[in-house]
Amino acid sequence: MTTTTLTHPVPVDDGHGHGGGHHEIEIPYTLHPRPDTGMYNGKLGIWLFLASEVMLFGALFSTLILLRTSAPSWPHGWQELNIPLATLNTFILIGSSVTVVLAWANLRLGDLRKGKIFLSITLLCGLGFMVIKSIEYATKFRHHHFPSTNNFFATYFVMTGLHGLHVLGGMIVFGYLIGPGAKLWETNRDQYTNRVEVTGLYWHFVDLVWIFLFPILYLL
Amino acid sequence: MPPKRQIRVGNQWMYARDARRALEEAIRVSESEAKAHEHHVPFIRKYVFSTDHKWIGIQYAITALTFLLLGFSLMLLMRWQLAFPGKPFPALIAKFLGSSNAPGGVMLPEFYNQLGAMHGTIMVFLAIVPLAVGAFGNYVVPLQIGAPDMAFPKLNMMSYWLYLPGGLLMMSGFFIPGGAANSGWTSYPPLSIIATNGQTIWILGMVLLITSSLLGSINFIVTIFQLRAKGLTFMRLPFFVWAQLITSFLLLLAFPPLEAAAILQLMDRVAGTSFFLPSGLVISGTPLHNAGGGNPLLWQHLFWFLAHPEVYVLILPGMGIISEVIANNTRKPLWGYKSLVGAGVFLGFMSFVVWAHHMFLTGMGTAISAFFQTTTMIISIPSVIILTALIISLWGASIRFTVPMLFALAFLPMFGIGGLTGLPLGLAASDIHLHDTYYVIGHFHYVVAPGTIFAMFAGIYYWFPKATGRQMNEFWGKVHFWLSLVCINCIFMPMFYQGLAGVSRRLYDGGAQYMHAKPVIHTNVFISSAAWLLLVAQFPFIINFFYSIFKGRRVEANHWHATTLEWSAASAPPLAHGNFAVLPVVYRGPYEYSVPDHEGDDYLPQNVPEDQPGAPVPAGGGALHGTAVAQKES
Repeated sequence: MTTTTLTHPVPVDDGHGHGGGHHEIEIPYTLHPRPDTGMYNGKLGIWLFLASEVMLFGALFSTLILLRTSAPSWPHGWQELNIPLATLNTFILIGSSVTVVLAWANLRLGDLRKGKIFLSITLLCGLGFMVIKSIEYATKFRHHHFPSTNNFFATYFVMTGLHGLHVLGGMIVFGYLIGPGAKLWETNRDQYTNRVEVTGLYWHFVDLVWIFLFPILYLL
Repeated sequence: MPPKRQIRVGNQWMYARDARRALEEAIRVSESEAKAHEHHVPFIRKYVFSTDHKWIGIQYAITALTFLLLGFSLMLLMRWQLAFPGKPFPALIAKFLGSSNAPGGVMLPEFYNQLGAMHGTIMVFLAIVPLAVGAFGNYVVPLQIGAPDMAFPKLNMMSYWLYLPGGLLMMSGFFIPGGAANSGWTSYPPLSIIATNGQTIWILGMVLLITSSLLGSINFIVTIFQLRAKGLTFMRLPFFVWAQLITSFLLLLAFPPLEAAAILQLMDRVAGTSFFLPSGLVISGTPLHNAGGGNPLLWQHLFWFLAHPEVYVLILPGMGIISEVIANNTRKPLWGYKSLVGAGVFLGFMSFVVWAHHMFLTGMGTAISAFFQTTTMIISIPSVIILTALIISLWGASIRFTVPMLFALAFLPMFGIGGLTGLPLGLAASDIHLHDTYYVIGHFHYVVAPGTIFAMFAGIYYWFPKATGRQMNEFWGKVHFWLSLVCINCIFMPMFYQGLAGVSRRLYDGGAQYMHAKPVIHTNVFISSAAWLLLVAQFPFIINFFYSIFKGRRVEANHWHATTLEWSAASAPPLAHGNFAVLPVVYRGPYEYSVPDHEGDDYLPQNVPEDQPGAPVPAGGGALHGTAVAQKES
């Protein structure tokens, strides 16, 4: 009888970046997509992480809606907040979402130098965002607007603060990828490129959250 | 042309070509193992900051069992106060509690509240979930799907090392002025916001625990999707893996709203915001100086949005374990595997839309109550399907009454009682009478204590031989089982009686100040005695557990003659070197017991090719440890 369908014992993942010295186990599909799911492990992982982030920010948006609809009075965002600065920040973040894709594309083409340049631009955009954000915060504090002032400012500070922490987290990862993390390129290009890709996915999400925060907090 | 000859390696059949590859792999592994031995994996990396899922599973198990005992002990202290309100503790315990908690040996109400809040928190977040998901999930899932480890081993390590500090941080609350959190495990505002600093510690600990379970759930889902062995399709997954998969999705999506809520409560406590504080709040006669405009119900919505799916996080892994144990000990395929999976998935979805049945008495309105009452009735259907399928699985079987099977058999009626007593709570009208009474306590403890915890015991006795290569003592296991079964029913059955009479939970004196409680609270002495006896009943288990690790009877790798993949690996698979010498290939579903027309043994492991005559000899170790026997293909 023919039994050709049987037995290919190990679904081997071809690229392995572990040099000597390490005795780590090789985990399948860390580098290349599993055919039936079409994703490598890290990519699926980051999508799941982002799903949980949707729930996190979703809870905060729900909180905002519930508090605002039940409040007897609620200030309009455009009366209290600085729209020009926030608009500038919106464009900075959208721009950084473009540059992070360009970084990944250049790495895919094998160009580490250009990849790093675009990663650095992304990092600088993040920094610019944070600087503008802190100018906004400082102005609010000068005008004695604190989280405890009222629920409008409470939600404003908590939501933008949590978003800011996400921006900061992304910046730290970009800093690592440009700096010490780039050594991985020498030994395992694919894995380095994957890391940039999943960080990019996260960065798009951070961008997306801001795209929601901007109109809801500032314009409504 | 396919090669003609196959050889048996351990309990796997393979073509010579593949066996050669396997052998080469084995040589490579053993050489690197030898090299690793030369380098000597530092103790701290092997046993403390381990990235091996098996060791992390064991770390979780030991830690969670310790927390389980701790949470239980807190309750034993509370039971003294409930049985003998205002009477001083025995001298030794009074001395241990100290004069700040129990002056003159009499427990203070504030301390009682701390014990109550921390009992719930410990049991749910530090004991049961880490045991069910962290320990069993970590140890068993990668083995059952034929994976070398979890998809993200370092993340896995991080999960544990967020869980342990989170737990210890919460415990540290007992040692600060004002004591630990004392606003109940639900931490309802406004009480929790004006509470002592223990509550801040509770929130910070909770953030660590939530992060830990978030990382864990991502890891499990990716592992199950990506690292399934070749041939292991979704409908060939053992039900335990399905249960863990659904559980992970619940953890992934339900916990973040609680994290958001925890952040908001933290802000209310430390930054003076009013997310959960309404306007015009007066506390002990003094008005609270805050902006107001917040909504205490908002916390309840966010909290129960997590905490109701959490109920299914508590029960689903238990159902998974019970399914494995029942299939193995009835020597039959599970009845209705597809319905089990379908019911499990449906249960997962529905668990997100029932949360407000905890809030019927908050005045949120009859329309909303009607909606959540309906979804609550709907969610009972999949639970009934699962339980029914498990009970029908027993039909006509020649059951092996092993210790894990005894626990599994007890699980069925116990969970049944827990589930059925939940129906009156899910109906808004009857809940008005029963809400926040001991009836509720009895109901959910039947689900979690003789339900989930019995399932955990079944799992421990069942997989102990896999983790250690030794079996736990059967006699003392049975002693443990029967004593626990009797005691636990003596504890929770009278609570229905108390609750129906209207005795409220969270009463410092057990209800002595209320007229309507007078006729029923004499049962408190009986309940408390049963609780203390239950502690005694755990000693055989604790001693048996540690004794068997070192001195238990040695057993073969597939001790229970089971079909799933974990039993094709060596017993106590070596740490830090993967699980299988060769990653297994799967040919069939998980429960091929007593297959008709199959000669030889009464089970067909998932990884044995179909066209092989005779059942495999149980492996004496991992593949390649046994003798390779060449055989001609028929």
